[in-house]
Amino acid sequence: MSDSASTTEARLPKDLAAEKGMVNVQINGVWCQVPKGTRMIEACRMFGVDVPHYCYHPKLSSPGNCRMCLVQMGMPPRPAPGQEPSYNDEGYLDIGWMPRPVIACANTVTENMGIRTTGDLVDKVRQGVMEFLLINHPLDCPICDQAGECRLQEHSVGYGRGVSRFIDMKVKKPKNVDIGPRIRLDDERCIMCSRCIRFMAEVADDPVLGFTQRGTYTTLTVHPGRKLDSNYSLNTADICPVGALTSNDFRFEMRVWFLKETKTIDVNCGTGANIIVWTRGNRVYRITPRQNDEVNSCWMPDSHRLNFHYIDGPERLTEPMVKLDGVHQPATWDQSIRLVREALTNYPAQQIAIIASSRMTNEELHMVRKLAEGHGIDQISTVPRIGESDGKLISADRNPNTTGTRLVWKREDPAFRLSAILDGVRSGEIKALLVFGEDLTAEAGFTQEDLSKPEFMASVQLLAGPTAEASHVVLPGAAFAEKRGSMVNVTGRLQRLNRAVEPPEEARDDWEILRDLAGSVGPYLIEDVFKDMAGSVSEFADLSLSKIGDLGVVVTETGVTIPLLENERARKASGEIVG
Amino acid sequence: MPVVKVKRPELAAGEKVYLGAIVKGFFITMKHAFDSLRGKTRGADTLKSSGLGATMQFPEQRWDDQMPEYYRGAPTLVTDEQGRERCVSCQLCEFICPPKAIRIEPGEIPNDDAWAKVEKRPKEFDIDMTRCIYCGMCEEVCPEQAIFLRKDYLITGGSRAEMVHDKKKLYEIGGVRVGLVNKWNELK
Repeated sequence: MSDSASTTEARLPKDLAAEKGMVNVQINGVWCQVPKGTRMIEACRMFGVDVPHYCYHPKLSSPGNCRMCLVQMGMPPRPAPGQEPSYNDEGYLDIGWMPRPVIACANTVTENMGIRTTGDLVDKVRQGVMEFLLINHPLDCPICDQAGECRLQEHSVGYGRGVSRFIDMKVKKPKNVDIGPRIRLDDERCIMCSRCIRFMAEVADDPVLGFTQRGTYTTLTVHPGRKLDSNYSLNTADICPVGALTSNDFRFEMRVWFLKETKTIDVNCGTGANIIVWTRGNRVYRITPRQNDEVNSCWMPDSHRLNFHYIDGPERLTEPMVKLDGVHQPATWDQSIRLVREALTNYPAQQIAIIASSRMTNEELHMVRKLAEGHGIDQISTVPRIGESDGKLISADRNPNTTGTRLVWKREDPAFRLSAILDGVRSGEIKALLVFGEDLTAEAGFTQEDLSKPEFMASVQLLAGPTAEASHVVLPGAAFAEKRGSMVNVTGRLQRLNRAVEPPEEARDDWEILRDLAGSVGPYLIEDVFKDMAGSVSEFADLSLSKIGDLGVVVTETGVTIPLLENERARKASGEIVG
Repeated sequence: MPVVKVKRPELAAGEKVYLGAIVKGFFITMKHAFDSLRGKTRGADTLKSSGLGATMQFPEQRWDDQMPEYYRGAPTLVTDEQGRERCVSCQLCEFICPPKAIRIEPGEIPNDDAWAKVEKRPKEFDIDMTRCIYCGMCEEVCPEQAIFLRKDYLITGGSRAEMVHDKKKLYEIGGVRVGLVNKWNELK
């Protein structure tokens, strides 16, 4: 008898959950198991229950100051001395609901807790919070860049009362304040959630923002004599739930509801931050970071975010050109490709060199390798691009695909032949030079004079510049937002680029140019190029572009870490953030 | 449903020969013709006849002063009594426009402008009148009372380009509207 009683007790839900380090929580009447120590708001999110909030952000500390995430909480009443807890049929204790709401963002769950995110109490407190937030909020929506992705708008519709009861004058605060080179501040729109302050202090490590004054006069300001000029400042505009902080670059460019989102990756450094490219028609309007906790968390540097205007800039090459009597003339693709192919066959292989780029995708690099092998060309190299890591997200390797080049070309240092090629060009041993996506006068160390040395030079270029100028045949390629393909970042994660816009006018996808240069009829799909590549690169075996997914897959170990992520993990381990 | 068999009417001999009806019709036509010459056409007054018959001689004569208050003609932009262009280029009309006739390029109002506090106004505002279907949704959706459908219906042009009303043209047709909500007043 006693045996069976102990088994029944051991099989109570609380014990079953405790074995797994979980606790039982009743969310809106449904019992769920969530890991011990989870914030209530995260527990709700796990089971698809949305709790509206402003100040809470999983990557930042939780001050609990916006009060929007108020929910009703209940716990079993404490038994009287000597009273045994009485479990109901399901094995839970009856919940005694508390008469006052609690914030879901800063409280953690416990065994047998009840959470209600609906009901009279919760509806009423949300309505009250919304009403307070809107006391001084201006009716700026028609001119506010945040309109369409504004939490205040959304929650106002979802949980607000619809009409204002306040007849008093609104408090005036500074508007259109220039607080930094890339960020505009509107204090009247600010709802004092302090996300930006916490971001600058905790993540960007440059605590320049803060509140002054008190009560309804609380004002977000930048420290006197300082500017919000951190290279991570634009992330504050992303996390700002209202239009208080907006981007100068995107200011009044386009309303967000017109924009199409394309998930792709950043190509400005080896980190390969995950991004969303926002486009309308064939124009890129802005780039924002996309969450990937293994690459860039929720952030990205401003310098990388804003480096897209060249895509439709005046320097962009849009049609193939052939040099006749020293002057570039527009040509057809057929003509230009034929000229390059003739050069490839006419010059002996040892007189030809190929300089490719680690800014190219794996697929393109694979085709470059095949092109070189097909003609027996041994002199192929990429251009190294080494800078300094900023200790956060920017990798010291400014090439986005160095790891991929190593894997695809099967060389530890794909750039080691560069100096030999430069010497060859200078001595005249190399008579034909093929350049893919690099401006040789930049990091490669070529001078204008060196560029005039080869008898024949062809280049696939995005922008007009010294290398395009010196090339006998210029082939316009596709920018990162215009192509599909894959890259491997510094940590060995294979990630995918997606096409957000079409290449302008005559410009073509680089892999198609490479296919035509090789003179082969197919492939017609980038998927087939990947398949072909996966056949020769063991790391990519069993993968395809669709299997890479939005967040990428680890294909190799490099031992490189991303400092910002290390910092974030440490803060998560210490319980400072949810992560 | 029950089937009802309809019997064809029995025609008399006179009815079977349709010449009589033709002659009858001829007389009716002639009666109206003479009536119109004598200026006695029925309904000529209500239809604002130009004189002969019930027909209004367009375009010499116009229906304009007969049009109801709710008539939906060409969409236009308006300025208010303070001379401020009311549009802040929020692009809601561009979004709602069913045939996608509206195209707006937003711009910033420079700091030295008298209306700098409004911050935003259209740099370009084009309505393609070959596309416009005069539905009036733009007027309905406008949060700033800046776009109104006027009574202008004679929208013609020699080319497609001429049929695109640019910002200048839209303000020209729209003119000044008084008594609108002044949201951007001195209290703002």
